[in-house]
Amino acid sequence: MFSSRTSSPATSGPAAASVLRQVVLPERSRAGKRAGALIGAAVLAVIVAYAVFVPLIAGTDQKLTDFSSARLPPSSGHLFGTDHAGRDLFVRLASGLRISLLIAALCAVLAMVLGMLVGAASATLGGRADRSIMRCIDAVNAVPHLLLGVVIVAMFRGSVTAIVASIALTHWTQVARIVRAEVLSLRGLEYVEASYLLGRTRTQVLRRHFLPAALGQGTVATVMLLPHAIWHESTLSFLGLGLSPDRASLGTLLQEAQTEVMLGGWWALAFPALLLVCTTLAIAACGNGLVSTTAGRS
Amino acid sequence: MPAQAPLLSGRQAGRRHRRADLRTIIFRRCVLAVPVVLGVSLLVFLLAGISPFNPLTAYLGDRYVQASVEQRQQLAEALNLETSWFSAWLQWIGSALTGDLGYSRVFRQPVTAVLSERMPWTLLVAGTGLFLAVVSSLLMAVRCAYRPGGFLDRAVGAGATVLQGLPPFVISLGLLGVFAVAAGWLPGGGLADPGAELSAGQVARHMVLPVLATALSQLPWLVLSLRTSTAGIQASDAVRGARLRGLSERTVVRKHVLPAALAPFIAVLGSRLPEVIVGAVLIETVFSWPGLAAAVVSSAQALDFALLAALTVLTTITVLAASLLADLLYMLLDPRVTADV
Repeated sequence: MFSSRTSSPATSGPAAASVLRQVVLPERSRAGKRAGALIGAAVLAVIVAYAVFVPLIAGTDQKLTDFSSARLPPSSGHLFGTDHAGRDLFVRLASGLRISLLIAALCAVLAMVLGMLVGAASATLGGRADRSIMRCIDAVNAVPHLLLGVVIVAMFRGSVTAIVASIALTHWTQVARIVRAEVLSLRGLEYVEASYLLGRTRTQVLRRHFLPAALGQGTVATVMLLPHAIWHESTLSFLGLGLSPDRASLGTLLQEAQTEVMLGGWWALAFPALLLVCTTLAIAACGNGLVSTTAGRS
Repeated sequence: MPAQAPLLSGRQAGRRHRRADLRTIIFRRCVLAVPVVLGVSLLVFLLAGISPFNPLTAYLGDRYVQASVEQRQQLAEALNLETSWFSAWLQWIGSALTGDLGYSRVFRQPVTAVLSERMPWTLLVAGTGLFLAVVSSLLMAVRCAYRPGGFLDRAVGAGATVLQGLPPFVISLGLLGVFAVAAGWLPGGGLADPGAELSAGQVARHMVLPVLATALSQLPWLVLSLRTSTAGIQASDAVRGARLRGLSERTVVRKHVLPAALAPFIAVLGSRLPEVIVGAVLIETVFSWPGLAAAVVSSAQALDFALLAALTVLTTITVLAASLLADLLYMLLDPRVTADV
């Protein structure tokens, strides 16, 4: 559950809204959400551009060590300062962010595929199969995701596949729930009934009607999952269970920041943290905007 | 008064019905918890079984190279590494039922000893932090509810939104940098100063930063959810009616808005518990606090399956129990909610 909530209070009575909806999606004016989404998209564009282009055009290599200029505070030469090995943090952070975003996107896509398939299949099958699938989802949700991630990553140390798998395997349940609810609402509709009456099998109906119809909600759920994935990767790497420390990512940079902070190097913590907050909040704002658009459509 | 008699009995019947509801939900959840706990422990053992890592190398470290083949063989037998993951799981379940959770290789003592030694420290920090977060979020929400959309309300909303984008370990590092390194007011880690005796004063000084980090990482979620629900309640007919009756703003907030906001707040609190545990893992690691959560990381790094399995199962049970408790409280606070799970 990651959603950004800003100031404007609700003025309309959310009588029909369930508690969960109240908590996850506060009432907010459509215009306010759109403005938030636009700002979020703009910030996100800047961040992505920074992550993509800075490593390409920067004259210096992010892995280039220069011990004569180690631990320099931010200056015009090194915008974000340098780390303990004299690496420029402006460039290093950009390539770290790039890896973190890539991993997060990969996880989100995997979780989306898994969640959509399971959620749609569960709703299509219905009955006992549906109930047992939902119980399995409850079981997965009962374990704190990070803990499950730690267990998975610990067993397959240092591989990117393990990190991606550990995040995707713990986060698909939200997508599955949302997609299932969407498909359940479609199940009784006339065109679906007609499709069955025409002799289409459940697989065909699933493929032709349910999955395309649930794609919108599934995408929104996936966007809302991105900040989680970024957090998760940075957390695992921070604990020394994720990427190996020589590979820059938000998590490994923050892990290095732990020693830097003890030595007074605030910039090693401040800039990665700032980027992490901006990225997650920008994505959450975009997601909220998407939610309000899809909610308005249906 | 004859008119009241049927009403009273109806209410009594409702209460009896309600108690039956509570019993049903407790029973169902407990039955459901068994396969969940079994499944989670099975998953840990399955992952350990298919992991390419050899626990023997993790156990021996550098000595693995020096050990002869026979020695390795003996040790593998002694550590029960020869059996398949499934029979290892069965054995584990069997002995866990008798209260024996195995032997932790990292801490070189029985798992039960590790748990009982470290549990109080985790409960101390996580409990105090959560308590602090709950109290301060309630206070803040009440202040904000007096003037929705006012300066304080917006400031709290914006601050909490930014704070919720920060992972607990970044908050911890920030606190560490400001209060322990830059200002030097508070110690930055451990239970007591090196060489100092473990006393209440020492622990109290050392737990300030971890508790603060726990509170700060949970606060934004609680405040934001409270604000959202109070905003909804402010617009409800009941509150509008109370205002129209001429009640003071203070009475309206304390007697009408806050009680109604409490039930969803408890639901959020229950659903936040996994995050509190995750936060504890990170915060205890940053502040080298010798709690259970930090043991998760060290057992994962050293591939200490026995401890990892015990911790995973313990966490799962805690989370299930907390969500049950939150649901029960919700049902007691809000009579409109019925047991359908």
